[in-house]
Amino acid sequence: MHEHDVIVGGGGGAGMRAAIAAHEEGADTAIVSKLHPVRSHTGAAEGGINAALRDGDSWEDHAYDTMKGSDYLGDAPAVETLCQDSPEETIQLEHWGMAFSRDEDGRVSQRPFGGLSFPRTTYAGAETGHHLLHTMYEQVVKRGIRVYDEHYVTRLAVTDHENPEDRRCYGVVGYDIKTGRINGFVANKGVVVATGGPGQMYDHTTNAVANTGDGAAMAYRAGVPLQDMEFVQFHPTTLPSTGVLISEGVRGEGGILYNSEGERFMFERGYANNVGELASRDVVARAEQTEANEGRGFEDDSVMLDMRHLGEERIIDRLENILHLAEDFEGVDALEEPMPVKPGQHYEMGGIETDENGATCIEGLYAAGECACVSVHGANRLGGNALPELIVFGARAGRHAATRQPETAQIRTGPSAKTEDGSVESPVALGEVEAGSDDVAADGGALLDATPDAVVSRAVEREGARVERLMERDGVNHAEIRADLQKAMTRNVNVFRNEAGLKQALRDIRRARERYVDVAVSDPSRTFNTDLIHTIETRNLIDLAEALTLGALAREEFRGAHWREEFQFRDDEKWLKHTQVAWNDGRPELYYTPVILEGEDGKYEPKERSY
Amino acid sequence: MSTQITETETESETETEEQPAGDAPAVQQRRRMEAKRARAEEEEAERTAEESALDGETYTLKVFRYDPEVAGKERPRFDEFVVPYRKGMTVLDALIYARDHYDSSLTFRHSCRQAICGSDAMFVNGRQRLCCKTQLSDLSNPVRVEPLPHQEVVKDLVVDMQHFYDQMDAVEPFFQTNDLPSGLEEQHQTRENREKIKMSTRCIWCGACQSSCNIAAGDNQYLGPAAINKAYRFTMDEREGEDVKQHRLAVVEQEHGVWRCQTQFSCTEVCPKDIPLTKHIQELKREAVKNNLKFW
Repeated sequence: MHEHDVIVGGGGGAGMRAAIAAHEEGADTAIVSKLHPVRSHTGAAEGGINAALRDGDSWEDHAYDTMKGSDYLGDAPAVETLCQDSPEETIQLEHWGMAFSRDEDGRVSQRPFGGLSFPRTTYAGAETGHHLLHTMYEQVVKRGIRVYDEHYVTRLAVTDHENPEDRRCYGVVGYDIKTGRINGFVANKGVVVATGGPGQMYDHTTNAVANTGDGAAMAYRAGVPLQDMEFVQFHPTTLPSTGVLISEGVRGEGGILYNSEGERFMFERGYANNVGELASRDVVARAEQTEANEGRGFEDDSVMLDMRHLGEERIIDRLENILHLAEDFEGVDALEEPMPVKPGQHYEMGGIETDENGATCIEGLYAAGECACVSVHGANRLGGNALPELIVFGARAGRHAATRQPETAQIRTGPSAKTEDGSVESPVALGEVEAGSDDVAADGGALLDATPDAVVSRAVEREGARVERLMERDGVNHAEIRADLQKAMTRNVNVFRNEAGLKQALRDIRRARERYVDVAVSDPSRTFNTDLIHTIETRNLIDLAEALTLGALAREEFRGAHWREEFQFRDDEKWLKHTQVAWNDGRPELYYTPVILEGEDGKYEPKERSY
Repeated sequence: MSTQITETETESETETEEQPAGDAPAVQQRRRMEAKRARAEEEEAERTAEESALDGETYTLKVFRYDPEVAGKERPRFDEFVVPYRKGMTVLDALIYARDHYDSSLTFRHSCRQAICGSDAMFVNGRQRLCCKTQLSDLSNPVRVEPLPHQEVVKDLVVDMQHFYDQMDAVEPFFQTNDLPSGLEEQHQTRENREKIKMSTRCIWCGACQSSCNIAAGDNQYLGPAAINKAYRFTMDEREGEDVKQHRLAVVEQEHGVWRCQTQFSCTEVCPKDIPLTKHIQELKREAVKNNLKFW
């Protein structure tokens, strides 16, 4: 059993920022991470960090752009916090030595990005995430923060009170990948979940193989609602063969999209008459998909992204990484020819419901980064807003976990924030296949008022039993189940959605869940058993895919990234509200909470989004 | 009534799972087993179809295998996997195919599949490479895949990276400066200076260079190309200031530091991010000499 004040699950950008903040509050802090921190997916972020740093820009403008980009599903207190804290957090990175690209005068460079009214995206080449991740890890090393790397957090140790809001998180269970030992980690003050996105539920994704939504699924099963999961960002420019990301920076610097008829379709087909390629990501992704669907795409259903006219010097200066990616993963010399691109799953706007301090409805449990939904992105995330999210809310979550200052949050979380029950017709049963499984409710067993040690020990015991069961029996291999799930999501829960497809997806997810009853690990080894890890991850993907698809089927409107064939308009009357999916007694429960449009300077009035 | 999700049980494929509550566990068990058998047959049919599709071009992987704790696997050996080739397939794609279709115990690290997480460096056809950015078509067939040399093998293709991380730690791999501007003011850095450190900041800690280095192989304490490159990244950063630079030069000048490098260029050759590692080591040697001359 390991004991610390604050345990951070996940060693990416948000996790490390949380750990540094907790450490600065004087808390004995540890990071428990499936990957070594420098292997985290934050490193793959390319574009940049939005921060209002210059004369002529302001956090208010950043907030306005973000609210508009979110299609008015962002919560104003969260969006304003993001935009107010981002300059300071960004300069903090500069002070930590991050190698930002520089202007002639030696200041950090900024560039235009989609959906922004000011060129406020601060960047380091086209590899901003890599620099951010390594800079953050340097600070973790500097402070001597304990890192348990290659320890997979598989379970949260939460008490089993009936109402999630009465539950308390006392720590986590971590599986030591190298030795196969299952360890308890007691957190005296708080647990921060920062495990990243669930992109692996799709087969064409920019996400790493490790991005399996572990933290969100664990928090969900422990009783924290998942918010707005139906809003999935499909990035307009990913390489067709692998899903590797081609940064929005290419369009930011002036890259042009063409269809097979040689048309600059963003303008010529009227998708975004004012800003063309620099419209919001959802707009561009739908435009590309429409071109492909209507027969004006290239093979693989892609379109072409051309940056040759920018000139070699500018490309090398600002987008060099893109040349390497295009060459290594698509065999294209982007200085000589355009790159084929198509939309690919990129970012999950929804996630663990938190307030602007990173707190969830379970005491002692915090979340930050892509796994969380404090609701800054709403229905669509602007490019360059993911990295500020993870530094701003990573820091806030870490700080609060360490101190538990009773700072009042404006965003309410948990079941008591519910204003309306949801109703949706599912073609199949949802949730657990067999009642009575030990995954059903919280993970502390029947221990209500036990000591932290006892709750964590109990969770360790249960996890041990689960792993034992998976190891000992024979059955289905996880890889088949995962591949089928990925195909189902890509086929029917993609850029374009309709009722029949979403219902089919629910059937396919159900089938995955039923087959998972017989899942088994065939590698008998306790040493670095990736078979076991992928088996546990697959369960997490099934739970999240179900919550996502359920929300998508229920939301009968067209907002941001969520497009519905049957509902071609945004319905503010009925749908200006957050979707919540909570795991209750082994089944998802759907309900809604209000969107907060009231900010510091008044109200953000929903307007039609035009670019 | 809070849950209002309506379940319409019309789909035949779900009927078997909704057991009448009164069924004896044995009956349920039998049903599950029948369903499982049916699935197994279905899967077998799928697999046969897949294998018959192997008529096209294939690549053969000869993969190093070792598991210290499983009987029959504790002695190192090579396993062969024949994988169907499609255009653009990388060594990593082939390994994943082999694992997911033939042997789920085949173990290797990988995550981002786009040459940025640095976790899938291996020894492929006699050279350190990142599997995700190595096209099969660039290699001779069969393809021999081994763990990084000179590192302790944990299992199959996974090596213990701890020594590598320790060497990185040894150069104080974090920004240090005594005069930070206050508040929202930035430290200024010239474009030229940023350009100078640019390549050094690209390191993804894959360990290929360290593994390729003869000196590092023979001297466990040698800082090695990756750690020295990390030191270079900070030593050459004008924002750190002169005092810190002196300190950093002292660190790389230690007995097992830069002077051990024999300029064999193997690190530079294998670096998947094209970092001129040998050049960086030589530049630090030069800085160190210049520095020492000053005190004569």
